Amino acid sequence: MSIFTELFTDYTLRNVALGSALLGVVSGVLGCFAVLRRQGLIGDALAHAALPGICIAYLLTGAKTPLVLMLGAAVSGWIGVWALLRLVQHTRIKEDAALGIVLSAFFGFGILLLTFISRRNDANQAGLDKYLFGQAATLTTGDVEAMAVLGMIALVLVAVFFKELKILAFDSEFAASLGFNTHAINLLLTTLIVVAIVIGLRTVGVVLMAAMLIGPAVAARQWTNKLSVMCALAALFGALAGVSGALISISESRLPTGPMVILSMTVIAAFSVFFAPARGLVWEWVQLARHRAQLRRGLAAGK
Amino acid sequence: MMDPGLAIILTGVLISIACALPGAFLVLRKMAMMADAISHAILPGIVAAYFLARGPDLLAGFLGAAAAAVITVSLIEALANTRKMGGDSAIGLVFPAMFALGTFLVSKYFANVHLDNDAVLYGNIEFVGFENMLVMGFNLGPQALWVMAILCVINLLFVGLLFKELKLSTFDPGLAAALGFSPVLLHYLLMTVTSVTAVGAFTAVGAVLVVALMIIPAATAYLLTDDLKQMIVISCLVGALAAVLGYGIARLINASVSGAIVTVLGVQFLLVVLFSPAHGLVAKARRLERQRVQFALQSLLVHLHHHEAQVGEEHEAELRHLSAELRWTRDFAERIVNTALDRNYIVRQNGHLVLTQDGRQLASRLIA
Repeated sequence: MSIFTELFTDYTLRNVALGSALLGVVSGVLGCFAVLRRQGLIGDALAHAALPGICIAYLLTGAKTPLVLMLGAAVSGWIGVWALLRLVQHTRIKEDAALGIVLSAFFGFGILLLTFISRRNDANQAGLDKYLFGQAATLTTGDVEAMAVLGMIALVLVAVFFKELKILAFDSEFAASLGFNTHAINLLLTTLIVVAIVIGLRTVGVVLMAAMLIGPAVAARQWTNKLSVMCALAALFGALAGVSGALISISESRLPTGPMVILSMTVIAAFSVFFAPARGLVWEWVQLARHRAQLRRGLAAGK
Repeated sequence: MMDPGLAIILTGVLISIACALPGAFLVLRKMAMMADAISHAILPGIVAAYFLARGPDLLAGFLGAAAAAVITVSLIEALANTRKMGGDSAIGLVFPAMFALGTFLVSKYFANVHLDNDAVLYGNIEFVGFENMLVMGFNLGPQALWVMAILCVINLLFVGLLFKELKLSTFDPGLAAALGFSPVLLHYLLMTVTSVTAVGAFTAVGAVLVVALMIIPAATAYLLTDDLKQMIVISCLVGALAAVLGYGIARLINASVSGAIVTVLGVQFLLVVLFSPAHGLVAKARRLERQRVQFALQSLLVHLHHHEAQVGEEHEAELRHLSAELRWTRDFAERIVNTALDRNYIVRQNGHLVLTQDGRQLASRLIA
């Protein structure tokens, strides 16, 4: 049976494909705003900061219900971003150091909790460490439904507040001068990015999830100068990378999903950076060479 | 054989110091995320070296990782220079790709051999006591301990010999260039030292936690002092303390030593953010509050002085009027009036406020 027919008939494959497409679409769209605001790396701090939340949610409830763990991840990711912004605003720590501190301190604490949980004699805990690098093969219909609900809410909010998010992404000072509440929009954007990352944690894992925000957006930016088109393209690229990475990873049982998704994304991004029409580097080099040749001919003729 | 616990603590302290030495400059030069990128991106280099040397080989590992670090730094800089994306996107695109490549190789070819993906993330400092350095048949103790001791010496020499140059090019790269020091050369030297340190610490504490050991102690020290030398010394002490405490906590609750060390670092940092005498949030809030009271006090005196010996003086000096005109809440107005009474700037006469000699003098000095 070909993989395409299996995609619609096989239970695991269908869940995996749907789940990774969803995460790709949501993180692709939200990544556009994060990347245009030059805040792509905030997603990195946020994703790492989600790890202790997952562990604490598990310790408190003793259950691995996806929605509960997602909630824990969202809360601690949110606290991480909040701490990051406070540090930059109220101390003399600069943004890059604040990113590094939040990212590594939360992650270290998460590792402490994770190893604490896994070394207790607790048969139920197995699989919590799959949140590090992701494991798409274990996605259940329940997981996919939880991801779909959260993802739809996030996408609807983006559609409703598209104008506000757009003006914030390009010129937040202008937005403030027009009377937009930039703090509120920023809060909305941050919260939506939290949602995007939480959706991807099960499949891609905390370590590499941030790249799913940046990669599709950078790739999509190469093909268009229009934000709505960029969002749509990023969603497409994200879904493509998500599905192909997940399928490669479950076709060989030992491969974790996260790295495969990111490698697929890297291929798409690299292709876009080099070969996209107009903005692609290769066309720029060709153009440059052509101009040089023309100039040289002109000089030779003028002699 | 060395006691395994002692070996872990000593290795932890040495790693902390080796990482803290370049850390101060990474924080001051705003290169923290570059260090994060390097510590992730050396993984494929280490794996390639493992592959080529057919097993764990110290020198091959260093060379492979250094090559990966150079590739990463140049790729990030080249991508940022195309102006197709911001510097942060360039970092966020390159290092996850390198790290994903590394973890892919580890899980495909080395799963459960010697490297595994958990060790890649948080290392296995727990096992340092079991891999001993053998030279001509003599057992010299844990290999990791030796590696980190050598790295400590290299980093000490780097910081000690180039202190003046590093300091100048960190705080004023333009002047450094004008005086004939090469900021570019120093930049790459610092990058090299960072990646070599990251490789050395990698097997013990993993990719993500190396960054914690480089950045957090330096940032903690940065909030405690304005002197570069003190900052470096404090960051080494902060890191070493965390290594010792972290080991204790990890033993106590049976969890990862490196995770515990970083957790302690985070707590230390949080305490300093809150309570540092010079730059802490509590000190800052108290300073602001003192200034607020001082300013309110002065406004009160000037207000009373302004209306002294004029029509409506008594009305102007009523507490209720004060809170309306100066836009103070009633509680705040009472507090300021009480402070002014305590300091003998004003007295109460028939229910309204009158300036004393001291208060009048201060007020006229303020408006002069």
